[in-house]
Amino acid sequence: MTVPATPQVPAASIEAARRRRERMAEEMRQSKMVRTLVTPEGAAIRLKLATAAERAGAFMIDVAIQWVIVLVALFGLSFGIGAMGGGRAANIAVAFWFVFFFFVRNFYYIFFELGAKAATPGKRALGLRVAARDGGRLTANAVLARNFTREIEVGLPLQFLMMGAGQVNAWMALLGLVWSGIFLFFPVFNKDKMRVGDLIAGTWVIRAPKAQLMGDISHSVAKSESASRFAFTPEQADAYGIHELHVLEDVLRQSTPQIKADVATRIRGKIGWTMTTGETDIAFLEAYYAALRKRLEQRMLLGDRKTDKYDVRR
Amino acid sequence: MKDVLKSYRFREEREADWRKLDLILMRAENSGVKALSDEDMTALPRLYRQAVSSLSVARSISLDQNVVTYLESLCTRAYFFVYGARSTIGERMAQFLRTDWSQAVSGAVLSTILSALFLFGGAALAFFLCMQDMEWYWTINGQGGFEGRNPDATAEYLRSTIYTDPGSTGEGELSAFAGFLFNNNAQIALFAFALGFAFGIPTAWLLVYNGVMLGSIYAVFWSKGLGYEFTGWLMIHGVTELFAIVLAGAGGFVVGGAVAFPGRMTRMASARNAGRKAATIAMGCVLMLICAAILEGFGRQLINSDTVRYAVAATTLVLWFGYFYLPRRPRTP
Repeated sequence: MTVPATPQVPAASIEAARRRRERMAEEMRQSKMVRTLVTPEGAAIRLKLATAAERAGAFMIDVAIQWVIVLVALFGLSFGIGAMGGGRAANIAVAFWFVFFFFVRNFYYIFFELGAKAATPGKRALGLRVAARDGGRLTANAVLARNFTREIEVGLPLQFLMMGAGQVNAWMALLGLVWSGIFLFFPVFNKDKMRVGDLIAGTWVIRAPKAQLMGDISHSVAKSESASRFAFTPEQADAYGIHELHVLEDVLRQSTPQIKADVATRIRGKIGWTMTTGETDIAFLEAYYAALRKRLEQRMLLGDRKTDKYDVRR
Repeated sequence: MKDVLKSYRFREEREADWRKLDLILMRAENSGVKALSDEDMTALPRLYRQAVSSLSVARSISLDQNVVTYLESLCTRAYFFVYGARSTIGERMAQFLRTDWSQAVSGAVLSTILSALFLFGGAALAFFLCMQDMEWYWTINGQGGFEGRNPDATAEYLRSTIYTDPGSTGEGELSAFAGFLFNNNAQIALFAFALGFAFGIPTAWLLVYNGVMLGSIYAVFWSKGLGYEFTGWLMIHGVTELFAIVLAGAGGFVVGGAVAFPGRMTRMASARNAGRKAATIAMGCVLMLICAAILEGFGRQLINSDTVRYAVAATTLVLWFGYFYLPRRPRTP
């Protein structure tokens, strides 16, 4: 797979090998967050787990929303009490307030996760959702179980933290803080990024962002009249591998004209392409993308995946 | 068109169906299953299977990153929709009340007994300690709390806290207090469930702690010769409330036991099975505590006769036991 190292390797290729190793290490790291789910049809769907940081972000958004709900209700209620002139109605309003507070605190998550999207607004904003770990359906029991433990994961450390402010039993508070900290940081220390609640409920949180289907670049080339202008030799089309093809796709879909021009110059230099008059960078890149993809897909059909430009086995 | 790639032709033939599936999913996610027409519902399984097989093929023949990413996201969404739960919240609630709740509770009898032993054991311990030496009351409860219901109070004052004179104190004030107590108790119940994960040890401590507080106050009233009256005052809602706390503790022990002694299952699988069962119990506790708060906020203030209080307490006890433990005829679907 790798180029066998010979004693007189130029510095550039050592650098290249280092970069390649780094890229593969990064891919390994990413693949640790991927779980394969085999559907009853026998197809494999790859689920990407949400990272602890994404989960924390979603939680912050949700807490902010909860506070807004609670504060708006409080203002509404106090306004209502003022209008009714206090007295007995005020007390019932206070009773109602306590019950309401409890339900917002504990059932906000349950309400949203039982819905069709299986995600709270915070999770939705970050493209996350809750799913059953065994790939089955997400039952109401599981949603209840994973959310009833939320209080000990976040509330308990906070309580011990506040206990520590009073001097009385600071040691007890510290001990409690460390102990409850285990619950709080539980998701960081297991490979599935599960909270205690996820563990009890048999769930996990995955990334389910919506992707847009964009046009096929190779097709826009085939349609244009200038297609005949670019005829690459097989050697030229073999200069790069799948990794470079994907980078080129990203460049074509989402980068500035300046970057495109740079990339075009690099590729022209590598494959020894002389620029003809009236040839634009974008037309060149699209045409080369189409040629490279065609070549690589042909090789792939024969079971030969050329992973990147250093992959030179034949 | 000689230059068209095979992978492009593959995409071109199926793209319309992918987009149709995408549209159906979007509609279902935004406005629920009811927003789908009959045609959509019949087309869905076919479109889903096609998208899934497209994904497998695309992975092996196409190097268009965008297509593979799109199909992966589409298939994930479709999978969760097709194999997701389709029942409405109302159906789930009916199912919960009809079978799930009582099944979960009656399936955890041993844990319930254990939990009750901790709660009432703590109460008995504190009661007898306080009866021998009232100093224990101050050790247990500190100086504050319970609105002066302590050993220094007179029997008259204690009696006045048990009965409500019509018109003297605002009953509304007490309903606000009932709301506060509900918030407090329900949170404790959820804590008792959640702390079960740590092998049930904190749950046991929480139960004993609450039992000890109960027992110490009981001793105060008992020593002033108000045992009978206090029991009526407490039990009119206490039957429901204490039962709920006991069950919440039982939920914690179910989880703790499953984590500590997984038996033949893996620890993870055992925790998951127990957690789902226990969560049903904990949900039920919240409902029971709402009932208790209503009994406390209204029933206790309106009913001042001891006999009626005892009658209500006995009725609730019979109702809860009947609801949880009486065998049911399985429903034929």
